[in-house]
Amino acid sequence: MSLSMTRKALLAGAALFSVSAGAACAADISGAGATFPYPIYSDWAKTYQSETGTGLNYQAIGSGGGIKQIEARTVTFGASDAPLKGDALKQNTLVQFPTVMGGIVPVVHIDGIEPGKMVLDGPTLAKIYMGKITKWDDPAIAKLNPDLKLPSKAIAVVYRSDGSGTTFNFTTYLGDVSADWKSNVGVATSVEWPTGIGAKGNQGVAADVGQTANSIGYVEYAYALQNHMTYTDMINAAGKRVAPKADAFAAAAANADWSSQPGFGVILANQPGDATWPMTAATFILMHSDAKDATASAEALKFFDWAYANGDAAAGKLDYIPMPDSVVALVKQEWQQIQGSDGKPVYTDATN
Amino acid sequence: MTAIDIPPPLSDPRARALRADRIAHGVSLGAALVVLLVLIGVTLSLAAGAWPAFRDLGPGFLTAKVWNPVTDRYGAFTAIYGTVITSVLAMLIAVPMGLGIALFLTELCPRPLRRPIGIAIELLAGIPSIIYGIWGLFVLAPLMQHTVQPLLIATLGNIPGIGALFAGPPYGIGLLTAALILAMMVLPFVASLTRDIFLTTPPMLREAAYGMGMTTWEVTRHITLPKSATALVGGMMLALGRALGETMAVTFVIGNAHRMPASLLQPGTTISAAIANEFNEASAGAYSSALIALGFVLFVLTFLVLAAAQLMLRRLARRNGR
Repeated sequence: MSLSMTRKALLAGAALFSVSAGAACAADISGAGATFPYPIYSDWAKTYQSETGTGLNYQAIGSGGGIKQIEARTVTFGASDAPLKGDALKQNTLVQFPTVMGGIVPVVHIDGIEPGKMVLDGPTLAKIYMGKITKWDDPAIAKLNPDLKLPSKAIAVVYRSDGSGTTFNFTTYLGDVSADWKSNVGVATSVEWPTGIGAKGNQGVAADVGQTANSIGYVEYAYALQNHMTYTDMINAAGKRVAPKADAFAAAAANADWSSQPGFGVILANQPGDATWPMTAATFILMHSDAKDATASAEALKFFDWAYANGDAAAGKLDYIPMPDSVVALVKQEWQQIQGSDGKPVYTDATN
Repeated sequence: MTAIDIPPPLSDPRARALRADRIAHGVSLGAALVVLLVLIGVTLSLAAGAWPAFRDLGPGFLTAKVWNPVTDRYGAFTAIYGTVITSVLAMLIAVPMGLGIALFLTELCPRPLRRPIGIAIELLAGIPSIIYGIWGLFVLAPLMQHTVQPLLIATLGNIPGIGALFAGPPYGIGLLTAALILAMMVLPFVASLTRDIFLTTPPMLREAAYGMGMTTWEVTRHITLPKSATALVGGMMLALGRALGETMAVTFVIGNAHRMPASLLQPGTTISAAIANEFNEASAGAYSSALIALGFVLFVLTFLVLAAAQLMLRRLARRNGR
């Protein structure tokens, strides 16, 4: 397991090396923030540099750090898994747009249970994470899984101990399906967990669940897949059983009303639709609308334009979900807000 | 060197030596002052960063058991508790073992074995803490979950009183596992330090004692240990200081939960683990200030330990008539 687990990290590391090797070049695009999209940004950056000669210096310091850095204008773009609200965007003159999506999946480690065999629903998952369901043979779990042999063992709950966009999206979903969760625990990048053990990062949770018998955790879909973890199916908002697959995440995105929130800040948790995976999330880029360095901002937008057009295959290979074309068209309109000191958009692509 | 100094004639060797003296004095004074400046700088920036948390939460910050980023209410007690419990437990395990290793190496060990064992211990001390953490998670934690913890729960867990310390489902990771990892990390430190201290016992004293027919145990008990006591206490305090601040290895195996479990088998957190986990993504304002305040608490805690070590060393020195 450790071999496959490090694969993504190695990939990212290799990309980082190639990026930093070109860091002396003044024309590099600089960005900082979320760790979740880091592997795909690195992959894109590598190809982009070989095609155009422009490198990307992306520091995966976490969403919170990315927001701080872009507010302080030390980078050209910030990256965050949790979208900023409309008033926060306006206050800091920020423009926000999504780049890729991913799914969050519950993973379990129970002897004799294989990937996709167990199914959970939102309220049950919330009760497990509240510490109200403590054993695997609880009637609520047994009722959903009549064909499984469930052990009468205590559930070891594993959560992210570091603040993360993954946790934000996971708790958003639990808050959506459980009033108890919403009022007693809440929704944030880091919460006061009523029970369980904390592990750092997606890798940490993957490792803890892999090591601890009778445990449950939540990780990005890509990590579950690459570590061959036992993911569970979910009952979605339409009451249908869905498996965590690329088309189920894409269905969540297709059913969402992207223009309903400023900066495309829609939360893809618990979206309607028969085929929709209930815990889907996009990751976002933040840039200043009053660009101090118009050339740098234009270079960054050019990179993302290139990524929207050419990056889908690479995203798919790393188990990310590309944005639908309809959303990309809206994003490109939004880019007109990013203007230099002359009041003109810093970047206009040919197709727009 | 400078224009205002009237340079003595360079031909005078005495003047040249004097000037070299002055330069050496200035450079070394500067180096020493830099250390002091850094210390003051760290203290001030920690205090400034922690101030909003102390101002808003008051002294209750130290005693509150809540850590809730959603409602922005923070208390340091769970982290302080975890830090102290794991460090003290680690010392309880590592000190007797370290003393034993040092005694064996200095008094009992056959000569050909002495060097290999000594080198092995020093190599252990050089292993980076993240390696201990990974080993703890992938090797020690499963062993604890499948073998050690069920055994503890089934035996010690049934004794009234101390049973509460060993209650409950075996997670594999938790306070006890963290303490064990910490003990392993400070053990080589304690052992090599203690061995070096034992070796400073004047050989004439030991040989004289053996000559008078004292047994190995009597020499250790009445000659080596009393002669080394002062240095030993200082060394143990240094090891404790190291255990208090250890971060990565602990983060891997403690469970990172802001709770204060009665049972040693349950997850908790330490100050440094909490900072390492949460600082990256902490939003500006109360959250990051509370984390810096935690750092300030750790700073004070470590300072107190070192101060206590100094105090004890002085008392011992006075009692020994030195």
